[in-house]
Amino acid sequence: MAIIEINNLTKEFGSLTALDCVALKLEKGQIVGLLGPNGSGKTTLIKILNGLLTPTAGNVTIDGMAPGVETKKIVAYLPDRNALPDYMTTDKLIGLYEDFFTDFNRAKAEQMIDDLGIDRNQVLKKMSKGTKEKLQLCLVMAREAEVYLLDEPIGGVDPATRDYILRTIISNYNQDAVVLISTHLIADIESVLDDVVFIKEGRVVLHKTAEEIREEKGESVDQLFREVFRC
Amino acid sequence: MEWNFKNGIPIYSQIIDEMTMRIASGQYKPGEKLPSVRDLAMDAGVNPNTMQRALAELERRELVFSERTSGRFVTKEETVLKGLHEELAKRYFEEFADKLRKIGMSGEDIADAVRRWLEDIKA
Repeated sequence: MAIIEINNLTKEFGSLTALDCVALKLEKGQIVGLLGPNGSGKTTLIKILNGLLTPTAGNVTIDGMAPGVETKKIVAYLPDRNALPDYMTTDKLIGLYEDFFTDFNRAKAEQMIDDLGIDRNQVLKKMSKGTKEKLQLCLVMAREAEVYLLDEPIGGVDPATRDYILRTIISNYNQDAVVLISTHLIADIESVLDDVVFIKEGRVVLHKTAEEIREEKGESVDQLFREVFRC
Repeated sequence: MEWNFKNGIPIYSQIIDEMTMRIASGQYKPGEKLPSVRDLAMDAGVNPNTMQRALAELERRELVFSERTSGRFVTKEETVLKGLHEELAKRYFEEFADKLRKIGMSGEDIADAVRRWLEDIKA
C-alpha cells in the first residue's frame, strides 16, 4: 500500500507555478530519491507533505491522512535550513526532540552524535554550518518514524560524513518506513536508492527504479540526470 | 575487500559477481555464515532491497542457502563450488581471448603465446 499519495498537486506562488499537477505514489519499505535541479520544486513538494504549505489544487495524504498533527507523529522531517533554536546545546536539543516525539530513540541519537564527534555541550549557534546539519540529521534519523522526508541531507557535509549518513540511512532502513531524499548530489546517493523521481520545472518527468535505469539504459542515474537536465 | 560499483550496470548483478568471487576465492569459506543483509548493504553502501535481491539470486544458483532462523550460509556442495570455478575460469578466458583477438591473434597464436608465457614464468 502506498504510504504517501500525491494527487494532481499544483502549487502556485503568484504567477509562478512551482508544482504542476504532480501525481506520485510512494510505497513503504523504499528509499526514494527526489532528484531535480535547483528551483525544480523539490522543497515545495516536501513542505506540502509536511503541512508547511497548502496546495493551490490537488491534495496529498500520508498514511491516508492530510498533513497535520497526526501525520507529524509519524513523519521525521529534515528541513532545508536550520529550524532549531540556536541558543540550545546539543544535549538540550536531544531533550527537546525527546519531549516532542514519542518515537524518538535517545540512545540512537547519542550514538550518532558521538560517532560524528559533535560536542554535546556546544550551543547550536557556535557550530559550523556542516556540524549544524549533521546534528539536525542525527535528531531526525533517531526517530523511529514511518516516513522520513529529508530535504538535501548531504549538501553541506564532507564526503566521510556523507558516507556515514548514507550508512545511517541504510542501517535505519525498515520494511514499514519510506525514506524520501531530495538532492541534486546524485552520484553520492544513487546506490542506496530503490526508486528515482526526476522533477523538472514542477513536473514529474520520470519515476523508475534505479536498477531499471541502469538495466534499460546502461547508464547511471547520475548520467541520465545530466542528459535529462542538460542546460 | 572494497566494493566498487561501475556506472550503468545494475548494482544487483555487480553484487552477485562480487559475492561469487568472494565465495570462489575462499574469502567466504564453504559452510560459513554470511553477514546479515543489512550489514552487507551497509558495508557495500547499497540499498538493502538490492542486496536482498542479489542474495536471493545467489540462493537460486545454490551458492548460498538459508536456514530459516539462523541466516544465510555459503554452500558446502563441492560440485557447486567446482562448477563455479569452471564457470569463472571460462569467463576469464573469454575476456582474455576477446582482447587478444581484437589485436589480431588467432586461437593458435593465443595457445602458443600462453604456452610460451607459462614457460617464461617457470624459468
